[in-house]
Parts: sequence; C-alpha cells; structure tokens
Amino acid sequence: MSNRMGRRLCLALAFVSWSLPVLGTAVLAGEGIVVYSARNEPLIKPVFDLYARKTGVPIQFVTDKEGPLLVRLAAEGTDVRADLLITVDAGTLWQAAEQGLLQPVSSPTLDRNIPTPFRDPKGRFFGLSIRARTIVYHTRRVKPADLSTYEALGEDKWHGRLCLNTSKKIYNQSLVAMMIAATGTEATETVVKSWVKNLATPVFSSDTQVLEAIAASQCDVGIVNTYYYGRLMKKSPGLPLALFFPNQSDRGVHVNISGAGITKHAKHKDQALKFLEWLSGVQAQRLFADANMEYPVNEAIAPTPEVAAWGTFKRDATPLVQAGKLQTEAVKLMDRAGYQ
Amino acid sequence: MTGHLVSRLITGLVLVPPMGILFSALTPSQGVWEHLVTLLGPLFVNTAWLVLGVGTGVLLLGVSLAGLVAYYSFPGRRFFEWGLMLPLALPAYVLAFVYVGLFDFSGAVPTYLRTTFGLQSFPTIRSLWGVVLVMTLAFYPYVYSLTRNAFTTEGARAMEAATTLGRTTINGFFSVSLPMAYPWIVGGLLLSLMETVTDFGTVSIFNYDTATTAIYKAWYSLFSLSAAAQIASFLMIIIFVVLLVTQRILPGHQPPAGHNESARRPIPLTGARAWFASAYCALVLSAGFFLPVIQLMVWAARVAPDDLDGRYLGFAWHSVLVASIAAIVTCTTAFLISVDGRKNPRTAGVTGSSLATLGYALPGPILAVGLFIPLAWVDRQIVSVTEYLFSWKVGPLLQGTFMGAVFIMVVAYLIRFMAVATGAIGNAMRRIPGSMEESARSLNTGSTHLWWNLYLPVLRGGLFTAATLVFVEVMKEMPLTLMTRPFGWETLAIRIFEMTSEGQWERAALPGIILVLTGLLPIALGIRHSDHARY
Repeated sequence: MSNRMGRRLCLALAFVSWSLPVLGTAVLAGEGIVVYSARNEPLIKPVFDLYARKTGVPIQFVTDKEGPLLVRLAAEGTDVRADLLITVDAGTLWQAAEQGLLQPVSSPTLDRNIPTPFRDPKGRFFGLSIRARTIVYHTRRVKPADLSTYEALGEDKWHGRLCLNTSKKIYNQSLVAMMIAATGTEATETVVKSWVKNLATPVFSSDTQVLEAIAASQCDVGIVNTYYYGRLMKKSPGLPLALFFPNQSDRGVHVNISGAGITKHAKHKDQALKFLEWLSGVQAQRLFADANMEYPVNEAIAPTPEVAAWGTFKRDATPLVQAGKLQTEAVKLMDRAGYQ
Repeated sequence: MTGHLVSRLITGLVLVPPMGILFSALTPSQGVWEHLVTLLGPLFVNTAWLVLGVGTGVLLLGVSLAGLVAYYSFPGRRFFEWGLMLPLALPAYVLAFVYVGLFDFSGAVPTYLRTTFGLQSFPTIRSLWGVVLVMTLAFYPYVYSLTRNAFTTEGARAMEAATTLGRTTINGFFSVSLPMAYPWIVGGLLLSLMETVTDFGTVSIFNYDTATTAIYKAWYSLFSLSAAAQIASFLMIIIFVVLLVTQRILPGHQPPAGHNESARRPIPLTGARAWFASAYCALVLSAGFFLPVIQLMVWAARVAPDDLDGRYLGFAWHSVLVASIAAIVTCTTAFLISVDGRKNPRTAGVTGSSLATLGYALPGPILAVGLFIPLAWVDRQIVSVTEYLFSWKVGPLLQGTFMGAVFIMVVAYLIRFMAVATGAIGNAMRRIPGSMEESARSLNTGSTHLWWNLYLPVLRGGLFTAATLVFVEVMKEMPLTLMTRPFGWETLAIRIFEMTSEGQWERAALPGIILVLTGLLPIALGIRHSDHARY
C-alpha cells in the first residue's frame, strides 16, 4: 500500500515538474513574414517595425549566429519556418545558397536598386548595406603618404607597428578571400605571412580593440571596418585616429555586405520578396545602413554626413560571390601563414 | 518501479543530443580533416595547459576558502560564507571582457601605470595566464560551494576525534576532513573543468586557441558541421571516460553527521591571523566580483540613458521565469535519478549517472544543434502524421507554438545542467548510510515515509545548492536559449548576445549588470537555506 503511494508521489513529482512549462499560455505563432537573422536586433527591429506600420504585414524574427541559423534551416527542411535569412556577410549567404537553403528570385526592382557585385548572379541573395574594411592609422605617428595598399602593410617599415583582428572573424576571411581572387593564392600567402611578421602584439578579438591599441600607441596601423571607427570616434572624438582607403590605384577598398535571401521552402514567398524590394528602397535603406554607420547599397542614397566625411573611395568591384567561394581557401591560407 | 522507469526515460532523453552529435560525426567531411589535422596537436596541448592551470587554481581557491569559512571564525565570515559564491552570477565571458578591458595595453590600469609611473612593460593579459586567472575566478565557486557543503555537513565528531587524538586543527583538517570531502571536491573540480574544456566565449576574447577553437573553425569557417561534430565527440568521449573513472574510484558512502550531534563550533582566529583570513577572502571576492561589477556599472551608466527602457523588466522577468522553472525541473529530475541510482545500484549505477551528465560535456552551440536536429525531425513527423490522419495541416507543434518552444527550452536546460544538479545532490546522497534505509525498512516504513522523512531532509542542503547553481547557470546560458526560444522572446543573456555580436561590449554591460543583480538574490537565498538545512 505505502509502496504504491511512493510510486504515486514519484509520478506526481515527475508530472508536476514536467508540466510546469506547459502551464504558460499557449499562443500560436501568427501569420506574417518570418525572418532568421544574424544581424542583431537593435539594427533590424526598427526596420521591421516601420514595414509593419506601413503595410500591416507583421514580421516575426529570431536572431542567432550564422552557423546555428544555417543548421536550423537545413534541419527544418520543407517545413522551414523562415521566409528570409539575413546575415552580416556575403560568405554565409553564398554558403546557404550552395547548401540549397535559398531560392532564386528575379525582380527588376532589386536589380535596379542593388549594383551587380553586391548580389548573387543567380538571384539567391542580395546585399542591403555595404561594409568597408579599410586601414586605420595613428594621426601623429603615421603620415598618410606612407600608406598605399593592404599588401604594403607587410613591408619592413611596419615591423612591430601593425595590429590586426583575429583570422577567425569573417571580415578578415572575406578580405583575404578577395585578395586571393585578385592576386592569387601564392602572392596572398606571402602578404599574410609578412603581416604576421609585422605584428606589434598578438592579434585581437575585435576591431574596437585594434582601434584602441592604435590610439594608445601600442601599434601604428591596422585594418578595421569603418563603422567600428565611426562608433569609437563618436564616443571619444579626440582620439588620434584616421581612416585611409587603400588600393585606390588598383582594385579598390574591400567591401562586404549585410544582406538577405529568400529561403527555399518559404511559406510567404511573395510577401518576403515585396519586403526585400522595400528594403532596397530609399526609406528602408536610410534606416538599415544608418543605424550602424554603414554604406547604403542603393547608390541613389548617399551615406549620412558623418560617414560621408570619411571621404569617398573606389570599391573593389569583384563580385562578392568570390568571398563565399574562396572563404575555405582563405581560412586554410591564414592557418598556414600562422595568422591566428 | 515507476521511479526507475522515469529516471531511465530521462537519462535516455539527456542522451539525445550527444547521440545526435555522434551520429552527425559519422558523415564524412571531405577535405576539411587534412587541414584540421595540422592544427589539432597544438590546440589540444593548449587545452591541456588550460585544464592544468584552471584545475590547480580552482582547487587552491575553492578548498582553502571553504576550509577557512567552515572551520574558523574571523571578521566578515558570515558575509563571506555566501558572498564567496557571488562570482557565479557573472558569466565567464563577461568577466573575461572586463579583465581584458582593464588590463590590456590600452586598458585603464596599464595606461595609468604608463602615464603616472612611466612603466612601459606590462605582461599582456591576452595569454595563458590571463585565461587561467579569469576562469579560476569564474569557476572556483563550484569547488567552493560543494566543498563547503561537505565540510559543514560532516559533523563535529570527525574533527573532535582527530583533535582528541592529539592532532592540531590544521593536521586534523588534512588527515581527516579533507579526505572525507574528496567526492565533493572532485565533483566541483569536474564541473569547472568541463566548463573549461567546452568553453568558447571566454577563450575567444583572449584569442587563446583551444580544441573548441578547432570545432568552431570547422563549423563556422570551413562549414563542416560533421568535422565539428567529430572533434566534439572526441572531447565528449574523453570527458565521459574521466567521469566514469572518477566515479569508480571515489567511495560510495560517507559517514553521516549523527542526528543528535551538535553543530561544530568554528575556531576563532585572533590578531593578524584573523585579518589575514578576512583579507584573503576579500581579495578573491574583489577580483572575482566587485571589481568587474564596478566596471560594468560604470559602462552601464554610460549607455543607460539611451538603452534602458521598460523592456528590460520583460527581459529580467523572462530570465527569472525560465531559470526558476529549469531549476525546479532539473533538480526534481536529478533527485529522482539519484534516489533511483541508490535503490538500483546495479542497473542504474555509475554508468547511468555519468551518462546523465554528458550534456555538460559538449560546447553549448554543439549541444544546441544536437538537440535541434532530432527535434525538427520529430516535428516534421508530427506534421505529416496529422496531415495523413486528419488531412489537417498543422504548424510545427514543438517549435511553432509558444508553449512548445518553452517546453523545449526547459528540456534543453535540463539536458545541459543535469551534471550541475547531480553533482550537488548525488554527493548529499552519500551522507545517507545504507544502514539507515535498512533500519527504516525493517521498521516496515513505507517508501513514501522514506522519501519524506529520510531522503528529502537529508538532501535539503544539496537540493538548495543544486537549485541555486542551475538557476544561475540558466540565467547566463546563451546558445541553447538562442536556438530554442520562442519568437520575439528575449532574456537578459539574449540581450547581451545582441550587443556583443557586433562587438558593442560596453552596451552589453547594461543587461550584464542587471543579470548579475538578478542572480544575487537566489544565491543569497539558496545558501542561507542550505545552511538552515539540518544536515
């Protein structure tokens, strides 16, 4: 008898503990567009909210890192929940497209608003804002005339004066991938090795740290994304830092995109496409790029005055699909070169 | 036998993600391995150094502090007793960022030393010793809390016996109390080391490459989840073997404190010794808690005017809600499994309890996909079966509904943090001598009686420690929360992720400090309660 009570108690405990979470209210996910985003919430939510206000189409989203988002899309297969995938680099979009997770769409609006290098030729993904990766220098310790190209940062005169962010960051992987596209594996490997030789301190884990190290004279030059510079200068305007746009007499400054693609089994494909077209238009471009001091991908729209003040520059016009295709090779190359 | 069945089912459930990962490891990863092989050697050596350093660090700090507050009285002892647990409220990656921010070349401290004293060379914190320091400060509370639990429950007699036999307190501590506390100490050590080995966030802030670096390189950079799963499986198997071996070596039962035994009186320290003891505790607590918290507050104050709004109430509420549910669920389950292991030592035994802790032996994001892939599969089956049976198209039940997603989230935490709960509860179980159950049974006491009057009171302290640890861990957890949360559901940890994903660490200080402050309450409560427990 008491043994049975023991069993009951045990069952009751198990039942209570397991059913607790179920006591919450059951709310079925509503209709609308569903987005998986590697671009963070503060940068996308204002855009989503504006679209929902204007059109009445609600947008549901979830943010995560690129890797888990791709696994999620693949695991959900035909029952995928997301209509749109947003990332902060071209390499991941290319990878998603190659894994068959995105579908091609054709849209005259997108073709008109987004320049060719910044969208997939097959129409599987589209750039929405442009991120430039450029050289930053200490204004009192370096004359801009001493700077010329990314490659030249490997010259002996920069020995012990260079700071870099880690090669694990997609920004550097794309930069090196595009260098491979422009100059070939062998030449790129030589350059990367010479960078490593010139390092003033072990590589950092963020662009902001690179900027701060240069400001503190731990080193004199580095490579960063422009919006990190913008963000830091906004906070401490007095820092002795300036941007230099390299490779102006050859291929131009390396740029990447934050972009999006429509998923293969999207449930609301038409709505997602309309949203994507809207994102490439004037109003959304302002919000999407300006929130993070990036460059609008639509050339009809000028960057904000503070971004424009950094100067105009020639961009590398190599199609960004190369960044995806050559990413694996770039990673291996940097490992071989000892770039941590 | 219901209890047995339930605990079997749960152990099976915990095994789903590790099995999922082992399964994905079977897929060949073409081209990636030839490259990875060239990196793995040095990376595993780095992991080994880290394990050695952090292991030594947490043992020294955790055991010495636990011994100090358990056996002696000195100024501030009553505060330090629970205060030394406070670093648990800080995620290790936040501690890491604060330390790099303060002590790297461009940080506040070296800048001050350069400008004021002209001190040019300052050892760089972005190195092995820096990671070891930060991880030791972040993880010593595991060893401390469990070891203190052991010392305070061993009763006065053990030490009394030693001292009457002519031994000094110190001598008695090393020859009697310490060996008695081994299972607790090792339990805490294993938790810290599993965190160390599977950590990615902290080491990446220092850019110190370990075996997990190879896992993420394979997955995120070389896009080979199977190669990542292969390395992760290898790590998991090593950890499993270590767990199994330690479980077998450690003694099963422990002498209990007698029922009518008076609580041990701490020995008062006087003069310089007393102040030294206080200073030591204060130093560890300042380095592991107050210094980083002050820095976080300074950063948070800067961004609060722009960032702080009513939504933060919601974030905090979500964090507390889900952490509380997870703590209750995980501890109840761990309790069931320990009692089952106790009743059926042969079938449930050590292998079972080691298996139940495997969720902690995988890096968070890997565990998350290990759970998500089978989950999405089940959901797809549900969808197609209902469609077939009722020709009614439903959305995915588990992920598609708020209720389903919260359920999955709690299951995910249960799988992840079983190890933490069983560490505290399983050890408390050792305090129950087999004779106690036998005499209870011979008096024809029913098993309900056994539960309420034997297991629960004896395990109360362990249960509170376990619940506190799980609660705080869930508050800090990021990858599982990211992957399993319902749409639009944000917690404080998710907020930290949103800020740090674009490197905005100072903005992350705001959710960071709120997370720390929210985590303090359960730590204070949990420790108080575990002390009021009879054993």
